[in-house]
Amino acid sequence: MRVELIVNGEMRTVEVEPRMSLLDCLRERLLLTGAHAGCEHGVCGACTVLIDGAPARSCLMFAVQADGYAITTIEGVTPGPGELSPIQDAFCETHGMQCGYCTPAMILTAHALLADNPEPTRADIVDAISANICRCTGYAQIVEAIALAAERMRGLNQPARKP
Amino acid sequence: MSTKSFRFVSTDRRVREDRRFVVGKGRFAADIAAAGTRHVALVTCPHPAARILAIDKVAALAAPGVHYVLDGRELAAATQPLLAGLDTPKVPRRPIAVDVARYAGEWVAAVVADTRALAEDAAELVRVDYQPLPFVLDGEAAYAPGSPIVHADHGSNVLLDRTFVWGEVEKDFTESPHRLSLRVKWGRSSTVPIETFAVLASWDPWREVLDVYASVQMPRFPDQVALALKLPGSSVRVYNDVDVGGSYGVKRGIKHAVLVGYLSRRLGFPVRLVEDRLENMRAGDGHGPERNFDVEVAFDEMGVIRSMKMRALDNVGAYAGRSPFQLGKPISAIVGPYRIQSVQYRAIAVTSNKTVQEAVRAFGQSPTNYAIERAIEEVARHRGLDRLEVRRRNLIRADEFPYLIPSGTTYDSGDYHAVVDKVVARADYAALVAERDRLRAQGLLAGIGMAACLEPSGANSTFEPLLNPKNETTTYTDSCRINVDVSGAVTATIHTLSAGQGHETLVGTVIGEVLEIDPDRIRVVRPDSLASLPSQTPVGSRMAIMLGGAAFHAAQKLKARLLAIAAHDLKIAPERAAYGAGDVFDRTAPQNRRTWIELVTIAHRNFHRLPPNTEPGLAFAHVMQVPTGGRLPTADGRVQMYPCFAFEFHLLLMTIDPDLGKPEIKRYFVGHDCGTVINPKIVRGMTMGGIAHGIGAALYEEFAYDAQGQLVAQSLMDYLLPSAHEVPPVEIVHHVTPSPHTVFGQKGSGESGYLGAPAAIASAVNDAVRPLGIVVDSLPIKLAQLGDMIAAARDKSNTVEVPK
Amino acid sequence: MKPASFEYVRAADLDQACAMLAAGDDTRVIAGGQTLVPLMAMRLARPKRLIDIARISDLAFVRQEREGIAIGATTRQCVLERDAVVRAAVPLLAKVMPFVGHAAIRSRGTVGGSLANADPAAEIALVAVTLGATLIYRQGAASAEIAASDFFIGPMMTALPATACLTAVRFPRWRDARIGVGFHEVSARRSDFAFASAAAQVALDDDGVCRRLALGVGAVTACPLRLDTVAKALEGTRVEPAVARTAVRAALADIEPLSDLHASADYRRRVAASLAVRAITDACRAAEAAHAR
Repeated sequence: MRVELIVNGEMRTVEVEPRMSLLDCLRERLLLTGAHAGCEHGVCGACTVLIDGAPARSCLMFAVQADGYAITTIEGVTPGPGELSPIQDAFCETHGMQCGYCTPAMILTAHALLADNPEPTRADIVDAISANICRCTGYAQIVEAIALAAERMRGLNQPARKP
Repeated sequence: MSTKSFRFVSTDRRVREDRRFVVGKGRFAADIAAAGTRHVALVTCPHPAARILAIDKVAALAAPGVHYVLDGRELAAATQPLLAGLDTPKVPRRPIAVDVARYAGEWVAAVVADTRALAEDAAELVRVDYQPLPFVLDGEAAYAPGSPIVHADHGSNVLLDRTFVWGEVEKDFTESPHRLSLRVKWGRSSTVPIETFAVLASWDPWREVLDVYASVQMPRFPDQVALALKLPGSSVRVYNDVDVGGSYGVKRGIKHAVLVGYLSRRLGFPVRLVEDRLENMRAGDGHGPERNFDVEVAFDEMGVIRSMKMRALDNVGAYAGRSPFQLGKPISAIVGPYRIQSVQYRAIAVTSNKTVQEAVRAFGQSPTNYAIERAIEEVARHRGLDRLEVRRRNLIRADEFPYLIPSGTTYDSGDYHAVVDKVVARADYAALVAERDRLRAQGLLAGIGMAACLEPSGANSTFEPLLNPKNETTTYTDSCRINVDVSGAVTATIHTLSAGQGHETLVGTVIGEVLEIDPDRIRVVRPDSLASLPSQTPVGSRMAIMLGGAAFHAAQKLKARLLAIAAHDLKIAPERAAYGAGDVFDRTAPQNRRTWIELVTIAHRNFHRLPPNTEPGLAFAHVMQVPTGGRLPTADGRVQMYPCFAFEFHLLLMTIDPDLGKPEIKRYFVGHDCGTVINPKIVRGMTMGGIAHGIGAALYEEFAYDAQGQLVAQSLMDYLLPSAHEVPPVEIVHHVTPSPHTVFGQKGSGESGYLGAPAAIASAVNDAVRPLGIVVDSLPIKLAQLGDMIAAARDKSNTVEVPK
Repeated sequence: MKPASFEYVRAADLDQACAMLAAGDDTRVIAGGQTLVPLMAMRLARPKRLIDIARISDLAFVRQEREGIAIGATTRQCVLERDAVVRAAVPLLAKVMPFVGHAAIRSRGTVGGSLANADPAAEIALVAVTLGATLIYRQGAASAEIAASDFFIGPMMTALPATACLTAVRFPRWRDARIGVGFHEVSARRSDFAFASAAAQVALDDDGVCRRLALGVGAVTACPLRLDTVAKALEGTRVEPAVARTAVRAALADIEPLSDLHASADYRRRVAASLAVRAITDACRAAEAAHAR
């Protein structure tokens, strides 16, 4: 089947079997390998992408269901070659990762959280990332990264809340 | 090694690897594409034990996109069995079962197809005729005579049954006024990385090289793949620049790699296997220790333990790779941080019809620490003494280092009492106790948990000859090569894969420290295994010590050469040459100097200006043997195991809802002394991650089996990994007692947190439920079971209290 | 874990979806997929045809009706979480929404999907049974209604005919002035399937006497249970925890709780009672604090 997906602001046309997950489609057809497979049954969250700005498990969607939504992957929040967004930089500052496998999912989740809530409490952050399992860090430096990003973004000259 | 101040070591530097991960540009095994790759799915045995009578491949081979169906007999005819650690030739292990399958989920055939989905479709069409066989699941049952034997030719389920006696155990027991014994159980859990094992193998028949891209953490992986495939070692090329999505010990992947390696050679195209989560949980062979400890301690009226007897029986599952050695490594710290004078240790490894066990973070030390800590808590209770005070009385004192323990290992350095004191002060222990009592008064169960334990680090293979005298291995290496090119750029190498430990940052920092140049100027690359020097990979908490050491020594060689070139060119005696941040100058006349680029140019381009008999260029390698290593065990089984010993002390406050049985950690403190910390961000991450692992092992994670031999926790829906909700904030208190054996005084930290958290959590639970007369002696402590125990205890006390 | 092959069709409207369901065999609808797709990935569900109803706008709504509110089957769970009408009209439903899986599941999962999946631990199902909701479905051209307590017939089993499609669920609205709700569940990790849960909605009169009580327990038995005997025992009284406990224990004495690797039957029965009392207590406290409308 032919599907037109809006991925990171670009229209991409793919030819897929109905059973191909959005995750596999992003990775194999569009070569966007930042989303990762950890369980393929919707528990670990490593496959997280944003669908119309909200975190969703791309392993639980078929590509054929995903047309018409704004799909954002980690590649879509990277400003440019060699550049890091404030959130990505904050993750580097606090070392909010080790192996990096859950990291794109965590960062996208952070993007969605901070777009909705620019002043999250620690509990808000923990709640937001509780859908993403990390096996390396014990979460502390991830929570600190998101708190640091929030603080820095509040200082930036941009709208606090998306409309 | 004194605690001097460093330029870059111990400073709060960013971890350079993070840059690629935050933009999704990690290079994981499943990200690597090769044209023409086909995919593998496995056919698995549904029975815990069965004879394979027939495999009908016809329907599968006719399915769309299918290229091949491989069975165990064909693979066995073409390959050698996988290496085992013990001398157990009658317990062969192969990637696919041959004639007999020995655990539910074991691979009995492999399907190769154009896509993974098509391979799974075809795998369903493979018809296997099984004759179910008797099976045994429980470790003690497997050990007892009369139970079904997993490997008939081996004659029993016992892979290892060895008793060591170090010191005068019987005399110490006889002369001690008190003794007690207990049994504790460590349930079967594992590290379960988020990335499953993935491998792509591609045989190049023109170069006769098998290219292997794998998510692997395994010593001797390239040569074991070669051995199994009957290839020369130089015909297997493993790519070290693959990023591994977490391993913590388990990603050995040898059976996966041999399987796809064979298929690629046989079929003539690249073959890929990415375990799905079901394959991973049931048959990835990444389960962890499942251990019964019987501990007996002899102690005095002050609660000082003089002697200990420990019987450890481990259920390693249906086959044995290195897993029985997880009973051997803890010998390196068999007395924990305590001054126990004699030890009798009996190590028993048995087979059963469960999934195969693999190396789990700390290689058996965490279960052993749990057993030791349970014993010391029971000693405290027996004597009516405070648990903290009893530990203080037993801890090795700072003035006793280096400290020789009964099993022959010398602990290098430490100040355990100082770390405990720091934690107690930071936590305000008295206030913590008062808080506990206040929570109890509110109707909750509440407990304080604590654990003191060691992280043996630096690794060594000495448990191999100890448990298998036929294997006389005493070498354990790592290496680094530095090259300064003609432009003056510095490039250093790592000869293994990494799984997030920040090794590139480590190497850059160490070399930058030695050369006094910005670590970010040091390029770090990973040549493939054919272009690499020996490395034993990141196991046994060794890389800070070994990779750091190798990098240090290589950098020292480079520095020495620069000094020699400069002295010669400046026409000064060598003693007058001084190194400063890349330049070399005459210390009596500093304006006479050669800059970095001048020295580099001489080395590369001005042979006439080099000292006599000097190699041109600036390439230096160092292959490092583990400090304190190199000796075989004595006849009575004593040997120096690991070189360095880090220390940690956990202290936590926990409540348990008495109606629900639900534990909640309210405060958590850990004191950590891993010597000199090379990168604080990395070490902190290790400890936090280790504590999260420990929380999982203590409260949530279990590979549970039902009576029919089926793994009940088959997916992440039932195997519960801690999320951010389940890991409380942790305060880390640092202390530094440098190691005398390492270049900066660093010790390992890769296992920190996991070593003591399960013991500390068990301690907290027991403190909380002790008033009800409950003792919890097995892990994991599941909340519903805890709830049932509490309810039963309350019913019993209600029955007693109600009159008539 | 790749699903078996299937044909995918997107229904333009409800009529087409129902016609396709009636015509084919091994046909299922998909909306959010949060429960169906994992089953398909593990090949426990292998429909030959999936009819995507997620884009049928007629099926996604929150509507005030005379007796309560009606929620379309493909309404996303995250919409319910934020909807002011839901919070005002069915506070018990608003109360449990944050406990339904994770935010990432709720962003895609639908109300109808959760109800049709009928997990014994599902929070939305528990509220539906507790409040006496009505489920509406279409089979072919015909519409039908079924009470929630008749809809759930076993673990992951409903009375929904195989060729039918859920279209909406109606929750009754209590008109009382002082309403409070309580919800408790226990699970291993915060967002796991519960081992036991309890939901209570209480209306008090101006003197603090319980005028009306609805209590349900979930995750304990194959289907959510509404405990009418407890309501009878406590309505018309000033609710005392000890009395509530006795009534709850009596109500649970003869149930057959589930038992699995996570929790024993005894645990579920015992803890359901504790949670039910807590839920009632919370609901009463919230009702006390509620201002008259």
